[in-house]
Amino acid sequence: MGFDLARKGFLAIYAAIILLPLSIVVYTSFKTSQELFADPFGLPRDPSLANYSEVLVGQDLATNVLNSVVVTGISVPLTVLLASMAAFAIARIPGWPSAFVFGAFLIGMAVPAQVNMIPQYVLFRELGLTNSLTGLVLINIVVTLPIGIFILTGFMKTLPKELFEAASVDGVPPWRTYANIVMPLSLPSVSALSIFLLVIHWNELLYPLLFITDPAKATLPKALLDFKGEYLTNYPLLFTGVLIASVPMVVAYVLLQRFFVAGMTAGAVKG
Amino acid sequence: MASSGAPATTGGKEPPVVAVAAGVQSQLPAAVKRRRRRGATRAPASLWLFLLPAASLYVAFFVIPTLQAFQYSVTSWDGLSSDFEYVGLDNFTNLATNDSIFRTAVVNNLEFMVTVVVLQTLLSLLLALALLKNTRTSVLLRAVFFFPTILSSVSVAFIFSFVYDPTFGLANTALQRIGLGSLAQPWLGDQNLAIYYIGLIQVWFHAGQMMVIYIAGLQAIPAELYESADVDGVSRWQRFRYITWPMSSTATAIVVAYTTIQSFKAFDLIFALTGGGPNNATEILSTLIYNTAFQNFQFGYAAAQSVIFIFVIGLITWAQRRAISRFQGEV
Repeated sequence: MGFDLARKGFLAIYAAIILLPLSIVVYTSFKTSQELFADPFGLPRDPSLANYSEVLVGQDLATNVLNSVVVTGISVPLTVLLASMAAFAIARIPGWPSAFVFGAFLIGMAVPAQVNMIPQYVLFRELGLTNSLTGLVLINIVVTLPIGIFILTGFMKTLPKELFEAASVDGVPPWRTYANIVMPLSLPSVSALSIFLLVIHWNELLYPLLFITDPAKATLPKALLDFKGEYLTNYPLLFTGVLIASVPMVVAYVLLQRFFVAGMTAGAVKG
Repeated sequence: MASSGAPATTGGKEPPVVAVAAGVQSQLPAAVKRRRRRGATRAPASLWLFLLPAASLYVAFFVIPTLQAFQYSVTSWDGLSSDFEYVGLDNFTNLATNDSIFRTAVVNNLEFMVTVVVLQTLLSLLLALALLKNTRTSVLLRAVFFFPTILSSVSVAFIFSFVYDPTFGLANTALQRIGLGSLAQPWLGDQNLAIYYIGLIQVWFHAGQMMVIYIAGLQAIPAELYESADVDGVSRWQRFRYITWPMSSTATAIVVAYTTIQSFKAFDLIFALTGGGPNNATEILSTLIYNTAFQNFQFGYAAAQSVIFIFVIGLITWAQRRAISRFQGEV
């Protein structure tokens, strides 16, 4: 009896700790800065969309939303494509050569981004890939390939060997084995990886911070950070930006919750 | 890399079985039959082509830059001028003997790691235990607790700038309203404790994710164990101590390992929240490397810091592996 009460109390308190800040973000975006100073927790007395038009139009966050959609929309499928091809080969090629390649990719998961970001920055600057969405797509693919290959190889290795062998004896070329047999069967891990990449690429901050100085080329996290420099404690405006940047992920989370849990757990190691 | 060995000549045009082993003998039906009988262990060489795109991007934009970090670390390059000097191990000597900010960053990193690992592991285990049964409320609460994980670090940083705001933030206002106004404080302005307060944010951010790992681990414990324990009439604590805890040691190992890695990757959160300030009080290695390179334009020196960063992570991972295997042997 007492135990159950303690359990419920604990859950209620933790739910409040998660939900209170989130709900404040939502309704504060409809308040003015003056209202916030006067009454930090109060509901908006006269809810207005002024912050939204200021952020989307005045600050042109709409452009940054578009940039994020383009960068994420291209880098997620390309990463899945390249990682799945590599994983297919690694799972299929026997012996030490493929184990070596796999190991080389695995090491990449352990290397923190701050270790190679300096040479990467120099390289991208020399290639003219700074201030370009192409550069962001490229670096997104490169840094998430290791985790992608890790997740997919693990799954593909569990597929029955006879499947590949039968296909190869029957004269099916590898690319058809890949496209028609292995990829459909790997759908659970491919969807988990896609969701994970969606969240990671959408929220990526470091590389836009390094590569992008032109506000018109910034993706959302970088644009939001620039906002903070400008507005410091204008929380209604900052929270409006937070909401706009989060809405696509929230909608996807509500619709695809099961995949999110699988995906974010598979990729938890990436943080 | 290894894909250089792929003979491009066999690329896909020939019938695949023939392409199997780069050779004439594979054209013989007898060889095919023999291979089929032996279980066909050789794969078509054209498979290496599947590795080519990923491997070449990885080598060009990841492996080589990683090696270059080592090269830069023995120079005094500012990142801009066309030439630079090799200074031997000067950068490393400086870091070891003469750089109090670097030492602060290492210590902060360890304090942050310990705080987050201890709190997040405990909290996610408690949450998993409380939400173990698949009731509708449990499923809903799991979704709520997991939710922060999908937010960007920048968003979380903004939310907690408000929570911790010294003048009208959520934390201080709440304390005042419940009559504990004397506990109100500057939070992130406190040079001694700010790094711990950021640790709490990191736990808020990712505890739900670790909870899911624990739930999977706990649900895999065979129900018979608990049933026979009930027959023996053991206490709730004993059930936990002698069944749940030892049986979830694999989940604990995963949670601790993941949380540790995450704590080293908290760059985004800290950068967006404090930038490493006030007075380097919340500087961790990753923010320090960024600031050294891109605020002070000491690329060579920052590269030396990043080389040490690799070794710190390697050392901690190794120590943790040992501790975990010992822990799993004991429970």
